[in-house]
Amino acid sequence: MAIGFSVNGKDVSVAAEPDTPLLWVLREDLALTGTKFGCGIAACGACSVHVNGELTRSCSVPVSEIAGKAVTTIEGLTAEDGTLHAVQQAWIAAQVPQCGYCQSGQIMAAVALIERTGTPSDAQIDEAMTNICRCGTYPRIRSAILAATGKAAQSAPAPAAAPVTGEA
Amino acid sequence: MADNPNPNIDERQAAPVEVAPVKKKGVKRRIFLAGSALLVGGGIFGVWWTDNASKSKARSLVEGEGEHAFNTWMKIAEDDTVTLYSPHIDFGQGSHTALGQMLADELDADWTKLTIEQAPADFAFANADLAKGFLPEMAGETLAGLMPDAVIGMMARSMPIMITGGSSAIRFTGEVGMRKTGAAVRAALIAEAADRLGVPESELTTADSKVTHAKSGKVLRYGELAAGAAGRSLASDPVLKTREQWKLIGKPVPRRDIPAKVDGSAVYGIDFTRPDMRVATIAAAPVRGGTLESVDEAPAMAVAGVEKVIKLSDAVVVIGKGYWAATKGLAALSPKFTDGGHSAMSTPAIYAAQAKLRAGGKPDNEGGEGDVDAAFAADGVKLVEAEYRVPFIHHAMMEPFALTGHFKDGKLTIWGGLQDPLSTRKRAAKAAGLDVENVTFNPMIMGGGFGRRFPDVVEIIDQIALVAKQVPYPVKLVWSREEEVRHGTYRPQSSAGLKASLKDGAITALRIDYAQSGNAEGEVPFIYAIPATSRRHFAYQSNQIDGPWRSVNATQLGFYTESFMDELAAAAGEDPYKFRRKHLPDGSRHQKVLDEVAKRSGWGTPLTAGTGRGIAIVESFGTIVAEVIEATVNADGSPKVLKAWAVVDCGTTVNPLNAEAQIAGGLIMSLSAAIGEAITLEKGAVVQSNFGDYPILKLADAPPMIDVHFIESGAKTGGIGEPGTPPATPALANAVAAATGKRIRTLPLLTQAKA
Repeated sequence: MAIGFSVNGKDVSVAAEPDTPLLWVLREDLALTGTKFGCGIAACGACSVHVNGELTRSCSVPVSEIAGKAVTTIEGLTAEDGTLHAVQQAWIAAQVPQCGYCQSGQIMAAVALIERTGTPSDAQIDEAMTNICRCGTYPRIRSAILAATGKAAQSAPAPAAAPVTGEA
Repeated sequence: MADNPNPNIDERQAAPVEVAPVKKKGVKRRIFLAGSALLVGGGIFGVWWTDNASKSKARSLVEGEGEHAFNTWMKIAEDDTVTLYSPHIDFGQGSHTALGQMLADELDADWTKLTIEQAPADFAFANADLAKGFLPEMAGETLAGLMPDAVIGMMARSMPIMITGGSSAIRFTGEVGMRKTGAAVRAALIAEAADRLGVPESELTTADSKVTHAKSGKVLRYGELAAGAAGRSLASDPVLKTREQWKLIGKPVPRRDIPAKVDGSAVYGIDFTRPDMRVATIAAAPVRGGTLESVDEAPAMAVAGVEKVIKLSDAVVVIGKGYWAATKGLAALSPKFTDGGHSAMSTPAIYAAQAKLRAGGKPDNEGGEGDVDAAFAADGVKLVEAEYRVPFIHHAMMEPFALTGHFKDGKLTIWGGLQDPLSTRKRAAKAAGLDVENVTFNPMIMGGGFGRRFPDVVEIIDQIALVAKQVPYPVKLVWSREEEVRHGTYRPQSSAGLKASLKDGAITALRIDYAQSGNAEGEVPFIYAIPATSRRHFAYQSNQIDGPWRSVNATQLGFYTESFMDELAAAAGEDPYKFRRKHLPDGSRHQKVLDEVAKRSGWGTPLTAGTGRGIAIVESFGTIVAEVIEATVNADGSPKVLKAWAVVDCGTTVNPLNAEAQIAGGLIMSLSAAIGEAITLEKGAVVQSNFGDYPILKLADAPPMIDVHFIESGAKTGGIGEPGTPPATPALANAVAAATGKRIRTLPLLTQAKA
């Protein structure tokens, strides 16, 4: 049965079993592999996307529930002209990722938090950022969120990311 | 337990290939010695190209039109692009960028025209420089110094060695391979330019991938010189830059891999796809060592999208059109597995068996010096004893195992992320019953690893080989998180009895008796100056396959020793920092690291009631790290970390921005394990199944402030990926003891604090 919804501004129709989690439709039917599989029980957040603007762990939502809704994935954060979202830019400036596997989900969670709160407090960051990062990038995630909202990190020292070009 | 716990695993590779006991300070890691011999030429660093058939085949893997390879590590194109081939794989540790900094700096290459790629999984690219680095740690400096380079190169290829691990990329591949290659190629480019211009080499300078003759104003690009320079013989011992001459080494260069990791475009093993590919998932025997007795395939085959059920000796595999179909098919099955005779295996039973072994007093290995028993029996000493225990812990890499395999025309091709591409080929070949030349492995980036992805403990290599051989299409085998948690190759459950004698506030003797599967002697250096020491290993093997977990044995041995140092300080009535300090040689690097962390953390200054500070220092992988943790305890008894400090002496930091991330990340991983992580066994099977019952520390519980400081001692370069991990666990346990007065000697702290 075909199920229609939109992904990153484009209408799609997929022939999937209705109970298939949105995650697998995104990854396997729509080839949007930036959204990751981590646990399958909505515990780690690696699969986080936005559904009608709401932060959603896509591994635990059947695609049938997405019919008619608007999904945004990590690939949809980047503008058509290639300009990165302010949060993605902050992530690069703070050199957040290590293995990088959880970072799509972390970024989607951070974008949702900033859209909801404007400039989140440390306590709001603590409460909202519940995605697991095994590499332990949490201090830089915190400082990147603060930097993205124009707020310098107070508790976490931001790394001095001075680009080096190698010129003499 | 002598039986092979997993019938799918080749005994020779699963079991440690022991070398003679090494009593010298250094690393002996069994994982580097697995495998059998296969030979390709010799070399000084990297592998030099010479005109023989096998090497020209290897050379053809990297050299395209207008490109000139100098050795296995690099090539220069006529458009000036320098390409570095990293034998190490990226799983977040940032070594690709750092290796690039080392090569480009010595080469005086234009950083913007440097490309970093993965070395092909071909035996010609085996990492001799890594063998050269590890050898002194395994065999001692003297013995290693006597070995000709050609012999070391031979060893690397015989292992075969292309690993990512042991915190080795920078200290060995970088220091031995990349820097020397860069310097030697630069010298060859200068020689070529001197000939072309008819001027003495001494009048030429290099910068930004150009050779300049200042007197005449003539400039030659590296791309113009590459063809001629590549035909020259390279100096075997080129002059390296001094620290003052570095332009890239030691600088906070942004990592090359990061942009693709923030826009979703990075392709991990689990993301790989092929036209016509199917997806499979697997359930192995819940009890490691068990086998598949029977399974009725019909319920799975009735699920829409399921195409095939495959029975392995110890597992059942379902192949579907996609992961969801395969998962539903697998869930529909009721396979019957044996318990392999391990039904009595449990967490308490393992601790009891280990205690009995230690009490028996027959160690498998002993390190140390002096007469500990005589010191214990001496008049007027105060004896202190304690027993410590750590559970199995899981790597929990965020990307579950996923390998894609395609068997066609007698050849097997595999795609995915593993810590040693060459061993992966060998293991897959053996499982598939193929010649290794008929197995291709395409390494991809990894969503974490932390020791879980060493081929000698990775059963999914066998599984994909066996599954791919049975189907005509490409198939991606994906482990569920449950499979991942229940079939880990955990840091071993381990326990130790520690005993020391004190006289006049000083330790006169220390004995550490530890029971676990692997022997750690020679791996974890003992740093304190104590007249008599003894560390005895008692081998205990459960039904689990034990694997290296970030920083390997330094984690539990660090926890034992550094917790006990606090207990001894208390027994001596002294401050834990000052007590450690006086047992470290005056003026030593260790003492400086300890002093610095005490200074930065405000050690000794007053804290609010209910808050405590803990300190610990551990050396691992050639790097000395001291950490201070400030913590309190929540109402439910769980520890809450407030602040953390780390001071690191790894000799030289190649990329301080990345080094800071590695130390902070290692520290957080250690806190996570210390506070809440445990894999427990009941009736031989793992109890935990997913992140719900295997809690990983989250952002809210990680210290918001981690102060990482590097001492640039210029000593021999040490590792950076692992050494940040060991001290945090004992530092936290010590902080909790300082805050509450309760000494917790069994991990995880959470369970014990609530008990």
